[in-house]
Amino acid sequence: MIDKETVKHVAKIARINLTEEEIDKFSRQLNDIVEDFKILDELDVENVAPSFHPIRTENVLREDEVKECLKREEIFKIACHKEGDYFKAPKIM
Amino acid sequence: MDLFEYVTNVKKGKLSALDTVKAAIKKCKELNEKYNCFVTICEEEAIKQAKLADKEKKGLLCGVPITVKDAICVKDVECTAGSKILKGYIPPFDATVIEKLKAQGAVIIGKTTQDEFGFGSFSTNSAYGIPKNPYDISRTAGGSSGGCGSITQLADFPHIGIGESTGGSISAPSFFCGVYGLTPTYGLVSRYGLIDYANSLDKIGPMAKTVDEIALALNIISGNDSKDQTSLNNTKIDYSNYESIKGYTIGLPKQYFENASKEVKEKINEAINVLKKLGVKFIDVDLKLTKYHLSAYYLAAVSEASTNLSKLDGIRYGAKLEFDKDIDFNNYYSNVRSKYFGDEAKRRIMIGTFARMSGFRSQYYLKAMKARTLIINDYKKAFEKCDALLSPTMMYTAPRFDEIAKLDPLQVYQSDLLTVGPNLAGIPMINVPCGFDSNKLPIGFHVLGNHLDEIKILSIAKAYEEATKK
Repeated sequence: MIDKETVKHVAKIARINLTEEEIDKFSRQLNDIVEDFKILDELDVENVAPSFHPIRTENVLREDEVKECLKREEIFKIACHKEGDYFKAPKIM
Repeated sequence: MDLFEYVTNVKKGKLSALDTVKAAIKKCKELNEKYNCFVTICEEEAIKQAKLADKEKKGLLCGVPITVKDAICVKDVECTAGSKILKGYIPPFDATVIEKLKAQGAVIIGKTTQDEFGFGSFSTNSAYGIPKNPYDISRTAGGSSGGCGSITQLADFPHIGIGESTGGSISAPSFFCGVYGLTPTYGLVSRYGLIDYANSLDKIGPMAKTVDEIALALNIISGNDSKDQTSLNNTKIDYSNYESIKGYTIGLPKQYFENASKEVKEKINEAINVLKKLGVKFIDVDLKLTKYHLSAYYLAAVSEASTNLSKLDGIRYGAKLEFDKDIDFNNYYSNVRSKYFGDEAKRRIMIGTFARMSGFRSQYYLKAMKARTLIINDYKKAFEKCDALLSPTMMYTAPRFDEIAKLDPLQVYQSDLLTVGPNLAGIPMINVPCGFDSNKLPIGFHVLGNHLDEIKILSIAKAYEEATKK
């Protein structure tokens, strides 16, 4: 059951600010959706391996060679916040 | 004009790519006022490429106007993926598919409207206006590659659309707009340069008015790419080298017909009769896990989406807010996300975060991944007995926007019932237009193939197209 408290908790972890109105709306909608997911409980998956990809994928390795990549100025041209040759972020601590 | 004929004429210097592209852009601008197919029409870039095509006279798509779903990066053209949080993002590089198209002389003329990040079935979650159905503007063009579906039907010039599907976003708009749309096997086409929705589900594919154009586009965009670690390394084949379908066995999954409307079912049965006359044998197939497809799919999709979207931070690229020295990172990051993500993006981030949260992960996310194994096996078992599966692509023809507005989010998710299973299993699928309902709205059938059996589903589509040509 997804109640308002769960929605507030999830929103905090997901870094989404919600208004009281949104909390109301989302707790109703999320509850419906998550209740629907419970149909999977009918399946016996005890000895089933998960498929994180639809097709078998293998680890891809390559030689560690220097190759041309995007130029620094091209990347900084589209930066939201920068100072000199650095991205500028709000304080973390 | 026929696309292949056009390319030949441009290469011979008999037709000008520049004139064609200019006329196509003029037409797109006019159409856009009514149908809202485009987020961006990139006239300047297109004219440069058209002049190059006229000069070099080479490539399989020499001078052909191409439109691209807005989630795919085109160098120097704004790329928003239908979201406000990417407003102003101008990628300094081409996605691999774009690189490959340009290398064949293609001219990218615009970026098409879509649901924000692909989150939707009707393109109504677009932050840049909603694309309209080419047959009735009070109805949806489908989602999430809705703009692509609409312009592919409306274009009166040589054209191929490039769409992207996570759970049905190529098939749905192709069905609603009456065009062919192919979703390739997962990993056949590089995802490098695609704004991810869900990494283990996303597939880029072509939308067009003929099967030959679909096969041509797939020939160009498929192939291994070292920039995408999930890219397959299989032998390249010619997808226009169609097989004879005489003697094919096609399975009809009975569960896929249960919820389809009467008119849709009637048209699909007519199509089945056409294929029978071409020597195809039909058998009934029991995909008994169908009722679990939606839950397994949505859990996989939202879980992956919620981690993918965490990279949009308002610092490196895209939309931003100003900050003073007092704000901390978490507050800034939350403020950017809360201001620019739309409702459906927020909803999916929340469900995805919940499904992966400590204490719920094995009950939701992991269980869905295990269910996915069973669902893949269910399809694999069916393909032991048949060359392909056939069903309606969607359960009903294009709904009106006022009908869509009355649906709650769960009901919208349920509209994807027939497309999420094959997308979750990563198998290839194609929508084949096969007639209209009493409202003159397009209907299409879906052909699903085993992994890497694109040639079989294209052969079926081609044989049907030939047999029904007027």
